[in-house]
Amino acid sequence: MSMSTAATATLAVTKVDAPTIEYGKLSPILIIAGVAVVGVLIEAFLPRPARYRAQLTVALVGMIAAFGAVVWLARDLPDDHRGSVTAMGAVAVDGPSLFLQGTLLLIGIASVLLIGERRLEPAGGDAFAPQAAAAPGSQQEKDAAAAGWTQTEVYPLTMFSLVGMLLFPAANDLLMMFVALEILSLPLYLLCGLARRHRLLSQEAALKYFLLGAFSSAFFLFGVAMLYGYSGSVSLDKIGVASAGAMDNDALLLIGLAMVAVGLLFKVGAVPFHSWTPDVYQGAPTPITGFMAAATKVAAFGAMMRFFYVALPGMRWDWRPVMIGVAIVTMVAGAIIAITQTDVKRLLAYSSIAHAGFILTGMIAMSDAGVSSTMFYLVAYGFVTLGAFAVVTLVRDARGEATHLSHWAGLGRRSPLVAGVFALFLLAFAGIPLTSGFSGKFAVFQAAARGGAGSLVVVGVLCSAVAAFFYVRVIVLMFFSEPKVDGPTVVVPSVMTTAAIALGVAVTVVLGILPQPVLDLADKAALFVH
Amino acid sequence: MSVVLILVVAAPLLGAAMLLLPGIADRAARLVGVGASAATLIGAVVLACGFDRGRGMQFETDVSWAPSLGLRFHLGIDGISLPLLLLSALLTLLVAVHSLWNIPPGGDSRAFVALFLLLETGTLGTFAALDLILFFLFFEVVLVPMYFLINRWGSPGERGPASYKFILYTLLGSAVMLLGFLLIQAETGTFDMVELADRHGAGMSHGVQVLAFLAIGLGLAVKVPMWPLHTWLPDAHTAAPTAGSVLLAGVLLKMGTYGLIRIAVPMLPEGAETFAPYLAAFGVVGIVYGSLVCLALLRDPDGDLKRIIAYSSVGHMGFALLGIATLTPQGINGALFVNIGHGLITGLLFFLAGAVKDRHDTALLGRLGGGMYGRTPRLGALVAFGAVAGLGLPGLAGFWGELLAMYGAYEPAAGLSTAGYRTFLALAGLGTVLTAAYMLGLVRRLCMGPAGEAPTGRPEVDVTGREVVVWTPLVALTLLAGLWPATVLAITDPAVRALMGGS
Repeated sequence: MSMSTAATATLAVTKVDAPTIEYGKLSPILIIAGVAVVGVLIEAFLPRPARYRAQLTVALVGMIAAFGAVVWLARDLPDDHRGSVTAMGAVAVDGPSLFLQGTLLLIGIASVLLIGERRLEPAGGDAFAPQAAAAPGSQQEKDAAAAGWTQTEVYPLTMFSLVGMLLFPAANDLLMMFVALEILSLPLYLLCGLARRHRLLSQEAALKYFLLGAFSSAFFLFGVAMLYGYSGSVSLDKIGVASAGAMDNDALLLIGLAMVAVGLLFKVGAVPFHSWTPDVYQGAPTPITGFMAAATKVAAFGAMMRFFYVALPGMRWDWRPVMIGVAIVTMVAGAIIAITQTDVKRLLAYSSIAHAGFILTGMIAMSDAGVSSTMFYLVAYGFVTLGAFAVVTLVRDARGEATHLSHWAGLGRRSPLVAGVFALFLLAFAGIPLTSGFSGKFAVFQAAARGGAGSLVVVGVLCSAVAAFFYVRVIVLMFFSEPKVDGPTVVVPSVMTTAAIALGVAVTVVLGILPQPVLDLADKAALFVH
Repeated sequence: MSVVLILVVAAPLLGAAMLLLPGIADRAARLVGVGASAATLIGAVVLACGFDRGRGMQFETDVSWAPSLGLRFHLGIDGISLPLLLLSALLTLLVAVHSLWNIPPGGDSRAFVALFLLLETGTLGTFAALDLILFFLFFEVVLVPMYFLINRWGSPGERGPASYKFILYTLLGSAVMLLGFLLIQAETGTFDMVELADRHGAGMSHGVQVLAFLAIGLGLAVKVPMWPLHTWLPDAHTAAPTAGSVLLAGVLLKMGTYGLIRIAVPMLPEGAETFAPYLAAFGVVGIVYGSLVCLALLRDPDGDLKRIIAYSSVGHMGFALLGIATLTPQGINGALFVNIGHGLITGLLFFLAGAVKDRHDTALLGRLGGGMYGRTPRLGALVAFGAVAGLGLPGLAGFWGELLAMYGAYEPAAGLSTAGYRTFLALAGLGTVLTAAYMLGLVRRLCMGPAGEAPTGRPEVDVTGREVVVWTPLVALTLLAGLWPATVLAITDPAVRALMGGS
């Protein structure tokens, strides 16, 4: 009897059905994956001089096409805006996925424009090392620089990372989420180490990011295993069903939940998993920092929301207090440590930590308003961040970008336009009314207050005030201090960086003055498929 | 007509935007400042002419802005906001005219003019806003330009710390205030100030009202400034350029008391009842404390003239707080009158202090010496006029507000301890005596005594024609409001009674 059962089981296993996959619904991800592969082929088969143009064209056209696909899929969403799951339940195509994928693609387009900028280095070339394999300071490196080499692997690497980011918030099972996490992280580790200037700092950043990132991925994977052990499935839906009725303190569930959360909190840079942020932001090539700061947050918060809203809504009484604590510590630490920073990139890094806290505030609301306000905040924050880092690439002296704050003194007198744009971004970070930062903060705080997280709102508002102080201080420094004699100059960029900055300014102003259309869109897209 | 109100609020902003255009010369920039603020004042006067005292909220605009966030663009004025609107527009115009000839070194005069125009939009908007978030928005708009004005054009050596203190206090204050607004909205579902005032706290439990009043009151008390949250004010005033001091005293401080009258008291009556005695007590402490500090500064050779005027502001605003804390129409009318009187008189005093400082390169009493009557008799007479107006001499604008506030304290609203308020009344009365002491002492120190040499050794000029242009409106209005208080009270009284829900 038992023999025959085993035999049937074996038979059943051997008769595997091919998985049905609706390729159309995955088209944005597949397009970008295709672009990345084509990028690798370009590296392999095109002559060096032709690669730059080809890479740039393929990447931009691919991202625009993928954005078109997102819009097409969003139009096909049923009227109740509930999406569907595809790829055997592994990927969700619903409002939040599509909204965040659209945001990621727009950020990706702007980032590739920054990455492709080649007017800023006086000796020619872009922000990336002429030959990444050459040891810093070696003869080999000097030869490569003298030969005027430029590398174009950054484009496929960025595209691969973008594939992971597109998949991360859409992943509907934990295994797919882990795969997406790795796809998005590994190219980023590499990209961080490719800076043309300050190469040791850049390589140190890459190593730190890699080690800590690998560690956090291990946490995530171990957490996945625990949750599988608890529920017998990696599917978020099934974990949600299994954990809905969890009455007793099941160690597997709680440990799994905590470990997956650690992995996710690391990616968004929340305290106490934030220590990599300032070093990596400072060391990485600035266009990559912008891309990473804006896009990784969007993707990781998307995944985090799906994880908590779909898999663990029944456990909210267990995880919410912890997350409220994390959000408070993140906001306070980010805002206070930022005051002491003297480097622009580190300042922006700590401000990104504080913003991670603000975004967590929206997520913790556990309501549709929480989801929509978080997504709105991500859009607002993403473009401000990208724009701010784009401005950082322009302010240069003989040693490359002049990131020390004292060099920025009096910038407003030399180049009022650039300083004015940076001031706008700082005001948006500070959440001053009529910028996107205010609308975003207002939306998340309102959602949190309605969701019963009043303590978070109090801390959040006070931290915004502290943060506003140091942003305003930078503005004063730029406009009201005497310029240094040997201070940096502002390099006039090509149309690409200009376009990226203009996009940032436009989003910041429009979302500040007329936020309603995007808020509506986020409201409609706020339902996770179950 | 409601378009006029929008234009009044927007005109300074347009002026500031014009200054961003490239190729505007220094002179043209100053003229743009005068033009924009004159247009604003004309608009405000048109509003005042078309204002119907019998009706409540007028010239209303109510447009949905971002419905998902509950934001509305809702403007309108009534008898409470109209006098303050006029005062702000007038003082900004005077500052603009003053700046035709006097912009302290600090660089670009375009930026200077643009900043005080931006400040004007913020203050006018604050007085006209009828939506809590819009109110907050305009309230915030005021902070940043003021910070820049102090930080860049203030007196060297003092401006850095003073401006940091200013922005830290006021930013934290408004953050706390925003929390209160969010709490009100979470409980009632609306940010509309008219509707909330009509409800008189309906829909909010006692605890919520107390909490919301605490948050909003704290935020506004920083701006008032209420003792012990006043410490940013003397530093800011001492460091700020003349234009900044005038606007700070004449316009910015009014936003705090206005907010208490417009928002905290009518919308949160139970909260107001709970905190009114504390508010009154702090107000009275401010009155006595302010005048004692002034007396001490007067004896100190390092006493700064501007610092004395700043501390006298703390005292005057104490009267406004006492008036509000009585929760009676008389008291609140008194508080509004104190606002107007203080705006005119302290505005004038800061102009005078600026003129003295320009002539002597110092505002330290020890170095100024006395004898102003002998050397520059007209300037001396104006200082004496400002000082006696400041001490609340009957017949001048400072008198009625203090009288009404104290009258209100004699018979506070039902539910408040009459004995307690009469004690406050007595202390405030002591304060008026002390105020008279230091104001007269100031006149003696500065104006009387042997004429002697001018401290700088330069020949001194008496009041110039330009100064006459700027100061005359303030002197005239101080007299007008003092001799004929009905000009102000007839406008404010119906609105105050409507707001308090009485008849």
